[in-house]
Amino acid sequence: MADHSISEHSKSLPLKLYFGVWATLLILTYVTYRVAYVELGPFNSVVALVIAAIKATLVALFFMHVWRAGEKFIKAVVLASLFFLLLLLGLTMADYMTRPWS
Amino acid sequence: MSMPNVVPQQRFERENYLNQEYGIWSWLLTTDHKRIALLYLVSITFFFFIGGFFALLIRLELLTPAGDLVQADTYNKLFTMHGMVMIFFFLIPSIPAVLGNFLVPMMIGAKDLAFPRINLLSWYLYIIGGTIMLHCMMTGGVDTGWTFYVPFSSNYTNTKFVEAGIAIFIAGFSSILTGLNFVVTIHRMRAPGMTWSRLPLFIWAHYATSIIQLLGTPVIAITIVLVACERALHLGIFDPRLGGDPLLFQHLFWFYSHPAVYIMILPSMGVVTEIIPCFSRKRIFGYSFVALSSIAIAVFGFLVWAHHMFVAGMSVYAGLVFSFLSYAVAVPSAIKVFNWTATLYKGSIRYDAPMLYAFGFLGLFTIGGLTGLFLAALGINVHVTDTYFVVAHFHYIMVGGAVMGYLGGIHFWWPKISGKLYPEGWARLAALIVFLGFNLTFFPQFILGYMGMPRRYWDYSHMPEFQVLNVLSTAGATILGVGYLLPMVYLLWSMRYGKPASDNPWNAAGLEWKTASPPPTLNFEEQPVVTWEAYNYAELDAPPRMQEVPVG
Repeated sequence: MADHSISEHSKSLPLKLYFGVWATLLILTYVTYRVAYVELGPFNSVVALVIAAIKATLVALFFMHVWRAGEKFIKAVVLASLFFLLLLLGLTMADYMTRPWS
Repeated sequence: MSMPNVVPQQRFERENYLNQEYGIWSWLLTTDHKRIALLYLVSITFFFFIGGFFALLIRLELLTPAGDLVQADTYNKLFTMHGMVMIFFFLIPSIPAVLGNFLVPMMIGAKDLAFPRINLLSWYLYIIGGTIMLHCMMTGGVDTGWTFYVPFSSNYTNTKFVEAGIAIFIAGFSSILTGLNFVVTIHRMRAPGMTWSRLPLFIWAHYATSIIQLLGTPVIAITIVLVACERALHLGIFDPRLGGDPLLFQHLFWFYSHPAVYIMILPSMGVVTEIIPCFSRKRIFGYSFVALSSIAIAVFGFLVWAHHMFVAGMSVYAGLVFSFLSYAVAVPSAIKVFNWTATLYKGSIRYDAPMLYAFGFLGLFTIGGLTGLFLAALGINVHVTDTYFVVAHFHYIMVGGAVMGYLGGIHFWWPKISGKLYPEGWARLAALIVFLGFNLTFFPQFILGYMGMPRRYWDYSHMPEFQVLNVLSTAGATILGVGYLLPMVYLLWSMRYGKPASDNPWNAAGLEWKTASPPPTLNFEEQPVVTWEAYNYAELDAPPRMQEVPVG
């Protein structure tokens, strides 16, 4: 059963793709670095976070094999993780967005 | 494989997981979930007594109002290391890594966990983390409090915070791996017929616990890394002078550490849910409510963290939201308590030691939970923040709840684990001593806290009227210590001299009782097939009927 799933993965994701994703991650890291030197005001953080989110998505989809994962279980795990991340961010914002002094 | 009938009667010892192999390497390199559970049992007991030693010193210091036994700095280290050891190296792994490891595969009819090698890896990570923690303690220790709040931990303390942080970071991965193993095992390895609605509620509780371990623990790992980065590299994450926010630390820390309380209490609830039906000889009342309330606690547990921060400078709106949500998390806990009580109703109750611990759990957890509601109320929280009221509250949950359940579970499954019966009289006595010692230790602390005694002070000589209650508390701690030492002595004794246990000495429901005591390495001689509902005590106790023979 284990062998079966490994061969499935290697069939669906050729080695080239891994290197492609890796190269994209490096490029995005470089972009983050360059953008940090461009004055965008509050949008510096926005751009950095968007790039970081794209990178995290790439890692999850390809390196963690969520892309084309046939199983509902894996999808459920991914969705649950995102849901709890949103809880962390959302409820923390319940504090940060409502502080009268900041 | 099956032995001829005559063999067991000649006291021939059946091959089991304990006698299959001998030698140190057969333990250190084992992938058998039962042996790993015993490795964990020995290791967490070791850390329990280290943490207990710190507690003893704290109580001795508070015996007199003056700070006379240790100095203030030493006292700070004592309560810090008591907390860190007890939480990260005893309570978090206690039931999941010992009883959960031993029982999860057996209860669902599997041969082992889904990833046996990862299971062993989790023990090694625990040991590596524990060794670093020991080294940290022996070479100066750490004084940040177990909560290691910034800016003290990031900018000011000159004790070994980074080393303690690394120890907790590594032990955290051990916890994540245990959770991962349980989730996959429960999803994938249930025996034929073991549907979700037939799972023992111990499994539901561990499933819920595993969700928290998987989703919460990485957050504290990240938090530790961030504090270490700020300390070593002066990155501006929590320090306002560098553009950071100190409350961000508390948000991140409690996002894990509040659900971590449920990592400690949910498995204990699972244990109690097994014990109460068995010693009441009744099916659990409201199976699906008890099962789903475990999941509800796991999810709601993530929504309440900032009730630790009401006086920290959070916005008032956030305080209101978190106060309300904290009340909400009490609902699933109360559902459980009502269902356990309803299970007892009209049961034929037996007062064996596991049941005494379960009763202890019921009462103490209820007190701990209800005082949690006091603390969730914004106004009262302001009054009792950082007083002994809080200390008493969480010890009622963690010691009165989690440790009571742990000891009850150890006694309940001891015949299965060791193949021997423990001495029942001694065990009942120990349960009674633990209950009395516990209440004498921690009930006075509620009063002390309400009167205004702050926690984490080593000297209260300006308030000598607090001494009486502190003396009671210290006396209680001594009794509690005896209550904890007793089981260790007689359980070890019983491994050698105890009477051999039958496969099912309690006549309990559950697959783990349908295999030998102690079980064979692969748990079952034949793949079990489940055709009955969980907790079918009515069927178990029904008088045997004549087997119907088809006519013709």
